[in-house]
Amino acid sequence: MAYAAGVDVGSTQTKAVLIDETRRIVGRSLTDTGANVMRAAETAFHEALTDAGVPEEEVEFVVGTGYGRYKVTFGNTQVTEISCHARGAVHMFPSTRTVLDMGGQDTKAIRVQPTGEIVDFCMNDKCAAGTGRFLGAAAVALELPLTELGPTALRGERAVKISTTCTVFAESEVLSWLGKGKKIEDILLGVHESIAARSIGLLRRVGIESEVTFTGGVTKNQAMVATLNKRLGLQVNVSDESHYIGALGAALFALDRILAGRAPAPAGRGTT
Amino acid sequence: MSYTAGIDIGSTYTKVVIVEEDGTMLGRAMEPTGFKLTQAAERALAAALEAAGLARDKIGYVVATGFGRHQAGIGDAAVTDLTAAARGATHVFPNTRTILDVGGQTMKASRLGADAKVQSFRLNDKCAAGTGAFLEKTARYMGYRTDEIGPLVATSKAPVTISGVCAVFAESEVINQLSEGSAPADIMHGAFVSLVDRSVQLMKRVRMEPEFTLVGGILRFERMIHVVQQALGASVNVLPGDLVQYTAAFGAALLGQRRLRRLAAKEATHGA
Repeated sequence: MAYAAGVDVGSTQTKAVLIDETRRIVGRSLTDTGANVMRAAETAFHEALTDAGVPEEEVEFVVGTGYGRYKVTFGNTQVTEISCHARGAVHMFPSTRTVLDMGGQDTKAIRVQPTGEIVDFCMNDKCAAGTGRFLGAAAVALELPLTELGPTALRGERAVKISTTCTVFAESEVLSWLGKGKKIEDILLGVHESIAARSIGLLRRVGIESEVTFTGGVTKNQAMVATLNKRLGLQVNVSDESHYIGALGAALFALDRILAGRAPAPAGRGTT
Repeated sequence: MSYTAGIDIGSTYTKVVIVEEDGTMLGRAMEPTGFKLTQAAERALAAALEAAGLARDKIGYVVATGFGRHQAGIGDAAVTDLTAAARGATHVFPNTRTILDVGGQTMKASRLGADAKVQSFRLNDKCAAGTGAFLEKTARYMGYRTDEIGPLVATSKAPVTISGVCAVFAESEVINQLSEGSAPADIMHGAFVSLVDRSVQLMKRVRMEPEFTLVGGILRFERMIHVVQQALGASVNVLPGDLVQYTAAFGAALLGQRRLRRLAAKEATHGA
């Protein structure tokens, strides 16, 4: 059995996915990118191998993606994260027409054709507002772990309107609301509303067509999913593996290469 | 003798200046603004009074300025920070035509007429990248405190290129530069250069003309003044030492003197 791997080196976390020839995910792993990007890529890849119980030699092709894709030195090639997210999203949710990828440092909106081909995309990578970092800043200001943000915001009843755009200034705005006696739940709900509003602005620029698939690290945040659903008036596709969609897309491109390389092979050399 | 006080309630610091009739500065003080604006203003005023050796009841008129001028609920009158800075700058440098004011959370450029009145202005208070917060963040990413920025940048040999598009994203840029062996001093210098690039853009939009006067907290760095002069290809006026931070408070106190004179003139007419 041959395996294909995708390594998605994001600004905050590095994800690796291993798939078999039937496109089934057999191993996955996640690690903080940190300062040593090359090492993060290697760690994620090896942990995915361990997770799958697959020896490295059986991985025939590795595709790197994400902002640090050129640091995947052991990879065979690189594919942009736009292509990988679109590919992974359509694979996981075949009726996907719009992809919203919310990562640690950027947010992307991608529109795809029924064939999975990319029609248009738009990204916010110049400003941290409307990205996962905005949540990170709120977590720091409120001294809450990131994983507590969603559950806390879900308990909010009246969202506090966050007026600042800039993530840096939002930190002080959050504290000033706290100082004025607003509930932490309502402040956080407001933070989620503010990010959702900016992301939907990005989505509108490529055109929102159902179904919408939500990818990236922020998919783990249920308050963000709920806020997006409410504001979009639809249910976005998410799964436990949404975090890995970019890496999955990369692995699918890797498998394409394996299969393409094998196609002209003489008959009789078929695999099981 | 009639004394007046100018209180500049800035986003980061509250500054107070006390002047006598002829405009001589008798005392000044600065306090962090925090979230309780009135208390910060009261504290700074008390400290400035102490420095001047005056009792509160000797102050004939108090003018508030800065972003918190209304919220703090202190003073007999309030003027915009642009007006106050223009007054303070032209008192010392009468030929000032363009003022650049870079504070903790804002950046403002204004052009003055020959009458020292503000003719046009532009400001950025939406994005931390063009403000002192950008420098503070850059320092923090490298493990330096705000008060260490000056001594650090003074040792720089040449600036490293820092894009300066977003104060949050600067973190990964700074980390990358550090891991590539760049000196923290040169990175800080690079942050200065990118901040100044943004300042010059803003100044162009008000159709800057010489003479240039710089005000605001971050201009207390000698290096910042050099970088601005280099970018403008012209020399600039700066109030000496830490006075640069007090320009608007000084201007507010001077405007207080004018109000006092008017009030006195009115009383004289009514009395006659």
